[in-house]
Amino acid sequence: MDALLQFMLSGVTVGAVYALVALGFTIIYNASDVVNFAQGEFVMLGGMITVFTYQAGLPLPLAAVLAIAITSLVGVALNKLALEPARGAPVVSLIIITIGASIFIRGAAQLIFDKQLHRFPSFSGDAPIHIFGATLVPQSLWVIGGAVLVFIALWLFFTKTLTGKAVLATANNRLAAQLVGINTGWVMTLSFALSAAIGALAGVLVTPITLVGYDVGVGLALKGFAAAMLGGMGNPKGALVGGISLGLLEALTAGYLSSQYKDAVAFIVILAVLFVMPQGLFGKSTTERV
Amino acid sequence: MLTVEGLRSAYGRIEVLHGVDLEVRSGEIVTVVGANGAGKTTLLHCLSGTQPVSAGRIHFRGDELTTVPAYRRLRRGLAQSPEGRQIFTNLSVEENLRLGAFLFTDERVERDMQDAFAMFPILREKRNLVAGGLSGGQQQMLAIARALMGRPHCLLLDEPSMGLAPLIVAQIFEVVESLRARDVTILLVEQNAYGALKIADRGYVMETGQITMTGPAAELIADPRIREAYLGI
Repeated sequence: MDALLQFMLSGVTVGAVYALVALGFTIIYNASDVVNFAQGEFVMLGGMITVFTYQAGLPLPLAAVLAIAITSLVGVALNKLALEPARGAPVVSLIIITIGASIFIRGAAQLIFDKQLHRFPSFSGDAPIHIFGATLVPQSLWVIGGAVLVFIALWLFFTKTLTGKAVLATANNRLAAQLVGINTGWVMTLSFALSAAIGALAGVLVTPITLVGYDVGVGLALKGFAAAMLGGMGNPKGALVGGISLGLLEALTAGYLSSQYKDAVAFIVILAVLFVMPQGLFGKSTTERV
Repeated sequence: MLTVEGLRSAYGRIEVLHGVDLEVRSGEIVTVVGANGAGKTTLLHCLSGTQPVSAGRIHFRGDELTTVPAYRRLRRGLAQSPEGRQIFTNLSVEENLRLGAFLFTDERVERDMQDAFAMFPILREKRNLVAGGLSGGQQQMLAIARALMGRPHCLLLDEPSMGLAPLIVAQIFEVVESLRARDVTILLVEQNAYGALKIADRGYVMETGQITMTGPAAELIADPRIREAYLGI
């Protein structure tokens, strides 16, 4: 019983990170139908830039804010330099461009930073919290809280604000969006900035627990993608539930089967979703009259 | 209100508009009729800024519009209800209408929406449903209503009768005619030449990217060449 609770606590923590990555996927997907496989690199940049600016002497909160801001700019640059010139190309081509961009960002990070693993101190110390015999590091609460807050903010953004609706409208029909006066170029810039900021935030929150290196992005992008697929691409609620579920599945697999199978869970989830319910848990099955 | 001079436009290296001249005066209903592929839709996309112009000028309410980006043209008062309706299929009817008034946040938005519901009562009934599930006629109504939410001085209407049952077509044309009373100037592009010329003040006939005839709608309807080529009489 203690073991189960322990697995679940660590599962939810990891799941919250996957959820944040999945939420990042959601925004760009909602604005452009593109799955941005460079999303994991945003997480890496968030962690790495914080590490290096913190080591350079900046206070941790300032370093974190700076990392999130710089990563947003990288997101905007990705859109402007790599995706916008290819506008009109099929979505699959755009997705492949994001894979290329992710390899480029990883290479650049390796040169600019280094190949070591890094961390910075936890926000609220490292004294574990005991819950019914299981333990939880305080940083986990920051990660989970961060994911929940970002989810609520995004949910409000897409359902309650006209700007959020404009993002959805741009994805659904770019031509019609322009005709009603939406600056679709600006919507794309906003989406990439927001998405990169959320990814960077995930990196800042999780680095004290999992450490950060130039190559952590690939795995995170894949897990976040599996989470987004499970929850239903494009749906913030799906991203949150999908992320936490994937984290739990991984933790339970690692605990009860073998930690060697842990990383296979994400692949099994992707395959299962594709076979059984391609629209995911909360995705709409799309039928349209023409 | 709207003046087009020597407008040329191309898709890649294939020019489809070879110098179009056209004028729409304030308060008019003007129609452009012509066969499929004549360039009518391309013309409207040039006017809305969603299709690049290679030569010529567009003036609207005293300003040059030719290089104004598409999303700024509604702000100037030029709206379009595009061919194929182009509604936001995965948003609700109400959200579609709200986005039509994307530029506005005042209390008139709600009033305009009630006006739209009064004009098309079926939209009120279905306002919380996903727009992609509406029938073709209802989608067309939504497309027109959404364009009107932008408070246009001039509305470009592209093939509002396409693919619809005769009864619905009659209803749509009736609504278009009623917009005269709301001070909306209309440029109507139609393959259904008879229906369009009947409600229009003036008409242009377009063939392979050029205007070949123009005149008062009543004269065009009576012209034997038009009757043979477009009205099937």
